[in-house]
Amino acid sequence: MTPPAVLDRLDELRDTIRAADAVVPVGARTQWEVGNPTTEGVEVRAPAGVLAYDPAELTVTAGAGTTVAELAAVLRDAGQECPLDARAREATVGGVLAAGLSGHRRLRYGPLRDRVLEVRFVTADGRLVKGGGPTVKNVTGFDVPRLLVGSLGTIGVLARVTLRCQPLAASARWFTSGGDPFAARQRMFRPSCVAWDGTTTQVLLEGHADDVLAEATAAGLDPDRGRDAAVGGPPWPEGPHRGRISVRPSRLRDLAPALDGIADLRWFAEVGVGTVHVAAVDPAGLVAARDAAAARGGWLLRVAGAPDVDGYGAPLPNLAIVERIRAAFDPTGKLSPGRLPGAATTTRAG
Amino acid sequence: MAELESALGAGRARAEPLELALYRRDAGVDRGDAAAVCFPESGADVAAAVRVAARYGRPFVARGSGTGLAGGATPVGDPLVIVTTHLNRILDVNVEERYAWVEPGVLNLDLTRAVHHLGLHYAPDPSSQQACTIGGNVATNAGGPHCLASGVTAMHVLAMEVVLGDGSTTLLGGLEPDQAGYDLRGCFVGSEGTMGIATRIAVRLLPDPPAVRTLLLDFTSIEAAAATVSGIIAAGIVPAALEMMDAEITRAVEDFVGAGYPRDAAAVLLVELDGLPAGVAAQVDAVRRVGTERGARTVRVAADDAERALLWKGRKSAFGAIARIAPDYYLHDAVVPRTRLVDVLQRVYEIAGEYDLTMMNVFHAGDGNLHPLIVFDQRHPGIWERVHAAGDAILRTCVDAGGVLSGEHGIGLEKREAMPLVFTADDLDLQARLRDAFDPAGRANPQKILPRGSRCGEMQRVPEGAWV
Repeated sequence: MTPPAVLDRLDELRDTIRAADAVVPVGARTQWEVGNPTTEGVEVRAPAGVLAYDPAELTVTAGAGTTVAELAAVLRDAGQECPLDARAREATVGGVLAAGLSGHRRLRYGPLRDRVLEVRFVTADGRLVKGGGPTVKNVTGFDVPRLLVGSLGTIGVLARVTLRCQPLAASARWFTSGGDPFAARQRMFRPSCVAWDGTTTQVLLEGHADDVLAEATAAGLDPDRGRDAAVGGPPWPEGPHRGRISVRPSRLRDLAPALDGIADLRWFAEVGVGTVHVAAVDPAGLVAARDAAAARGGWLLRVAGAPDVDGYGAPLPNLAIVERIRAAFDPTGKLSPGRLPGAATTTRAG
Repeated sequence: MAELESALGAGRARAEPLELALYRRDAGVDRGDAAAVCFPESGADVAAAVRVAARYGRPFVARGSGTGLAGGATPVGDPLVIVTTHLNRILDVNVEERYAWVEPGVLNLDLTRAVHHLGLHYAPDPSSQQACTIGGNVATNAGGPHCLASGVTAMHVLAMEVVLGDGSTTLLGGLEPDQAGYDLRGCFVGSEGTMGIATRIAVRLLPDPPAVRTLLLDFTSIEAAAATVSGIIAAGIVPAALEMMDAEITRAVEDFVGAGYPRDAAAVLLVELDGLPAGVAAQVDAVRRVGTERGARTVRVAADDAERALLWKGRKSAFGAIARIAPDYYLHDAVVPRTRLVDVLQRVYEIAGEYDLTMMNVFHAGDGNLHPLIVFDQRHPGIWERVHAAGDAILRTCVDAGGVLSGEHGIGLEKREAMPLVFTADDLDLQARLRDAFDPAGRANPQKILPRGSRCGEMQRVPEGAWV
């Protein structure tokens, strides 16, 4: 299954990591500014390439350095997909996993952490280890794969992953509506995305073409105005200072007017999920959005820009456990140092 | 004991030998010994009990209904057994956000019944769902027939209030979509009580599908049935459930419930398709075509809810049906890649022959989750040795085919010594470190999941009666 060239490169990866004082895994840098910035370190990139894929298993194994676009192309040829965030085609599978990007179709397909079946990663001391297993169902041992998702390169350097795939939907269309997004969502069985910017709602429906049109009609969307999902996406907000809010889905109702009250802030919310993507012209706008989220029990992750704004805005929950996990996997704090807030940065040896 | 009683109230802690004997094992085969057993009524009670255990340097083991099959709730090392069945309230059901906060002792089926009138359901549906608790489901990351499309417990737990080994209480996960830092909620689910005790659990509720169709396909060879499983998936269909039953179990079930299963079939497939009407209708046609092309003798589509319920009654009564054949059974749980089902099943039947045992198979074919069932009478001398040896051979066959040790029952005591079949010493060392990060003193359900010697320089005593 594994061509020797890839093994050689994994050996290289291990040797490099073992020898370095500080290591920073790098994908395509599309999410490079997420969270807190790392300090300097030896940059490493995992091998690329799809290593094993059998459509009848609905699973695919790929090097963590494989681009999302390459993976999608291989799966598409067999009528399947793995719904990874597809905003940046050059993004790597490992990078998307490390950043914990669930993508805009989470409402239907679930969070990214539910996609990962098996991980192979290099530890801080240069060991190549495995977590999880290659089958779609597995409770053999502790759930290490979920620990790696969103860990921002602080647990280990992802080398190879096995992901759960799914059949491509026969039809996928975006519809637009000016109506109440919350009511519309309740009238649909399984919409893939309900994107709302405070004024306009865009709904992505996937499935049998007849069901897609019937659901759109039932939810008060205009079936004639549907557009193919291949040529459209949600209205990603643009601006130099960006963040991602996570809040209980019902709190979007009163968060929306608060966000609208912030000058020069663009945003769209994933209704039913509770994720809000925000972009500000000024760092102060991002801070105001963070305050609005916190006032409603949520939080904002700084995604890009605003270098003087803290990545998280608050201490990590369960910091003591997080610190113990970090100390267990990376006792000298050499993996992506500085990325996560907390005492870990100060425990670094030397 | 006095301290426990004063913390929890009179009668809430017991240590009489007869009482303790009831808690020596779960539905698996391994036995242990409990020092005391207690029945908390609240999360604060659980924390108080854990603190008492900590003061006396005792381990503790959480226990729900005791339906686990891998010995996860078996008390090892004279622990305090903390029974969660009195924590059985559904605390909050939120229709808009589609979740419910429940206590760990709520029974799986009771939750689905309680939200049925709202058009919602809780997806994981283990065969023991009438008896098993949500807390136990979290511990073992339980599955069930409908996990093929909907996913196992880990995909349905949003947040948990947990009591850690030092008696402190914290929240893992949350109702907001992401939490900063690591996915501690994800680590905790499936950890079989070794990271602490969940005292409140927020689970995701799913909307009931507008359309549901259930099909029964019957085959004259098990190969044709297995080929149909692969064919359905390859045709771009992920059924809500895709269950297979072999000849022996089909006959046993039919004699027991009379669901109309063909008694002379070599294998039957129970396929459930759900979703929106047009998509479901197209999938019914596709499954019929795939099955017929691969040799299905008949394809029966349930005409109404009553017939659907009858077809499912057959599947869900499998374990009651075998009681008519032999007094004891040993139920295995392993997962293989779907495409290896035929080879592995053939080998499983060979193993049954080699050890002169009666073996039946009723399992979640759609996700490759095998449940070979050995039926026997434990009064026959030497039978346990043969049952265990055959089980070991089955496990090795599954691992050799690229599979894993457990799909939904867990590792517990039963399979901990088999862990090196799928993990290296380095892999296990990291898992041990992860577990210790949650419970540095090692008091939460010790000696489960990880084999002895997972940590460098580890010393552990073998529990009396443990099958290793």
